[in-house]
Parts: sequence; C-alpha cells; structure tokens
Amino acid sequence: MSNWSWSTFSDAFPVVLEGLGITLGLTIACYLFALIFGFIWTLIRRMPIKVIRLPLLWVMEFIRSTPPLVQLFFIFYAWPMVPVVGMALDPFVSAVIGLGIHYSTYIGEVYRSGIDAVDNGQWEAARALNYGTSKKWTKIILPQALPPTIPMLGNYLIIMFKEVPLASTIGVLGILAMANDYGAQHWRYLEPLTIVAILFLVLSYPSAILINKLERKMNKRFDKKEPTGSKAV
Amino acid sequence: MSEPIVRYNDVHKSFGDVQVLKGIDLDIQPAEKVAVIGPSGSGKTTIIRMLMTLEQPTSGSIIVDGKNLWHMEKDGDLVPANEKHLRQVRGDIGMVFQHFNLFPHMTILENCMTAPIHVQKKDKESAKKDSIEMLEKVGLGDKLDDYPAMLSGGQKQRVAMARALVMHPKIMLFDEVTSALDPELVGEVLEVIRDIANEGEMAMVLVTHEMEFARDIADRILFLDNGVIAEEGPPMDVLENSTNERLQSFLHRFRT
Repeated sequence: MSNWSWSTFSDAFPVVLEGLGITLGLTIACYLFALIFGFIWTLIRRMPIKVIRLPLLWVMEFIRSTPPLVQLFFIFYAWPMVPVVGMALDPFVSAVIGLGIHYSTYIGEVYRSGIDAVDNGQWEAARALNYGTSKKWTKIILPQALPPTIPMLGNYLIIMFKEVPLASTIGVLGILAMANDYGAQHWRYLEPLTIVAILFLVLSYPSAILINKLERKMNKRFDKKEPTGSKAV
Repeated sequence: MSEPIVRYNDVHKSFGDVQVLKGIDLDIQPAEKVAVIGPSGSGKTTIIRMLMTLEQPTSGSIIVDGKNLWHMEKDGDLVPANEKHLRQVRGDIGMVFQHFNLFPHMTILENCMTAPIHVQKKDKESAKKDSIEMLEKVGLGDKLDDYPAMLSGGQKQRVAMARALVMHPKIMLFDEVTSALDPELVGEVLEVIRDIANEGEMAMVLVTHEMEFARDIADRILFLDNGVIAEEGPPMDVLENSTNERLQSFLHRFRT
C-alpha cells in the first residue's frame, strides 16, 4: 500500500488538468447540442399532424429509455457499418452527437414544462391583441416560459459534466482517462484520482450553489405573478 | 338603420355534448353599447369569446364589418377560416378579460406599447406617445414603469383597458371585467368604462353582473337564458317592464 505523496500530486496535477480542458470542452459542446436539439423535440411535440408526431415521440421515448453508453457505442462502432447512411465519425463528434441527443430528450421536456406553465390567459391576450404566430412566441410566450426553466437547465449542465467521462469508452480522453493513464504509467492511482475528485467538486459545487440562487430568484419573481386566467381559481 | 358592425346568424356552440348556445341571432350597430346579462352557464361569455376568435362556433356565422369571421371564400366555396383570415377580420376587435391577463414580464407602459409596435407596426415613438396618453386617461400616468405584480386589481384592469384601447378597435368586448375585483375597486373600473362609453364612437359589448351600471350605459340589454336570447330591448324595458318569469327571478336575486 503506497502512502500519499505530494511530489506525485504535483507531478500528476498538470496532466489531469489537461484532461479537464477536454472534459469541459466536451461538456459545453454536448450541452449546446442538447439545448438546440431539445427545441426540435419541443416543436415536434406541438405538431398538429399525428402521423409525423407519434413516431417521432416514440423515437424520443426510445432514446430516453436506452443507456447513453449503449448509444455512444452504437454511434461510434455500429453506425459506420449501417448501409447507405452510415459513416465513420471522429470520437469527439460521436460523443457530442450521442450524449447531446440523449440529453436533448430531457431538455425538450424542460422546455415543454416551461411552456405549459404559461397561463392560458396569456395566449388569449396575445390573440385578442391580434398577434401573429412568431411575435406571439418571441414577445409573449417564450419570455415567460424560459426564465423559470433556467435552474432546471443548469442542473442538466452539471449532470452532463459528471456524465461526459463516459466518452472515454470511445476514446475521448478527458480528465478521468488522463488520471487513469497516469496511474497506469506510474503505478500510483491515489493522487491523480484524488485530483479528479477535487476538481469535479470544485467545479460542481459552486455551480450547484449558483443554480440554487438562480432558482430562488426565479421563484421570487414568479411568486408575485398575478393570478390570471382559468388556472387561477 | 345603418349596416350592423357585427351580425350573428343562427350561431350555435357546443362543448362536447353540452349545448351552450342554441341559435343566436344578433345585430350590433356601430357605436352601440350592448350589455349581456344572464345566469352563469347561460353562454353569455361564450358569445363574446367567439367574436374574439377564442372559441369557434359549432355552426352559424358571425359577420364583422361585412366580412365573414370564421369562414373565407376559396374557389367560390366557403371554407373554414385560416389564421391569416382570422387576423385580418379580428383586427378591429379589442377585449378586456375578467382576470386582466396583463403580460407579467413587461412594465405597464410596455404592456400597452407592445401590440401597436409588433402587430400594427407603428413606430416606437408614436406607440409610446399613444400609450402614455392612454394610461394617463385611465389615471395611471404615474405608474408607467411599474410591473403588473405591483398594482391592485383595479389598477391592473385599467391597464388592460388602456392596452386594448391603444389599438383603436371599432368593437370592444368586456368579459365580466369587475368580477375578479375587490368590491371597493369596482367603482374605479366602471368609471373608466363609463368615460369610454361617453366618447361614443366604439361599439361595446359588456358581459356583466352590474345591473345598475348596465342600465346606465347600455343602449340595449340582452338577457341570455339557457343558450338563447330570452329577452332584449332598451334597459328600462328589460329591467323594469319585462314579463319574462326567468328574467324576473334572475333580477330578483340582484335586488335582495
């Protein structure tokens, strides 16, 4: 059993930190992908044509109920072998697509909950003022629907940050893989993996506090919301 | 008599199996003030909601200023109206709601300015000027930068009226606009409606439970009962001289 060594700690730190850069980059890329793709799911949900909506919702349900690891493996290893549409993808791109699509299904639900929470009276007021569809969404509905979802969206950012090490299984070497490699090379795992834990904590915990604060601020704002329309009985 | 600005032709409305309106025929003249009274569930709110295109009639037609509201012509046939057609026809109609429905993320001034800018495509400066003028008229010139959550119910309803008026509609609909207010705040809202009515040029349809007020400002009162217009006429005839038993018992509950 090897004891704690500060010299190993300082030796491993830059290596692990390099991995952190990749992990953060991947987190942000996946998150942006999921934020945008989430909107597409929300639009699909609102489509009036059943024949298109239902199969796509089924696909969404399927994506949500399969593990992200399986999806990553499929995109990276199996997709290139699919006839016609299949192609080989770079590990980083595969990870962005795989994790991005997986989380977009959850983020689409977050958007939907925000939109559903907008009082029916607001839609009616927009109609009574003769708003067209696009202005109704950009000026009336979304400015009310999105702010309350910010805390939930922030939570998904943290969850995603903790999940991206999955991508090391297809070769995107982030913080955990770098630490693991260092351990294998020097036969010392304690220090590099401790650094990993500390770095995750240092990033996740303040983010969680920040999101909590945001949440309280949003709640305060919407506490004061006037009781409007039919739901306010 | 001049051409009516609104005409209902045998309008029916059902929600599921429940028939709410069973054949409404009604002409409203330009600048006419019509009050609609009746027991709850009689369909009085539904009448104006169909005119604002918030509910679609099950059958019959509504003509606004000579144009069919819920139908449009296509290759010589009448087909259900699309959103574009609805927008064209309902542009002259404004509405004030029971629960105000102000936009909580905008200040009072922004609430009034938003539709003139984004719907009527007015320039920002003139929309702002009109809005301030209108808010001063309803007595809220000192609240321009407040948010709706900071106002009393009566103040909110006055903002809602300014927001509708700044669009300069030819027809204004009032859906039980004092029902959600504390009793001591009802007066200030009725006062504003009275001012608007006295200006005279707009047609107004008020769904209300304020009998005295209806008598004061309406040219005509409709008593709606069981999905039909059971009685109509000048306020005095309807409120004092009617022999309709249902109307008598309805009014009796308000006199006690």
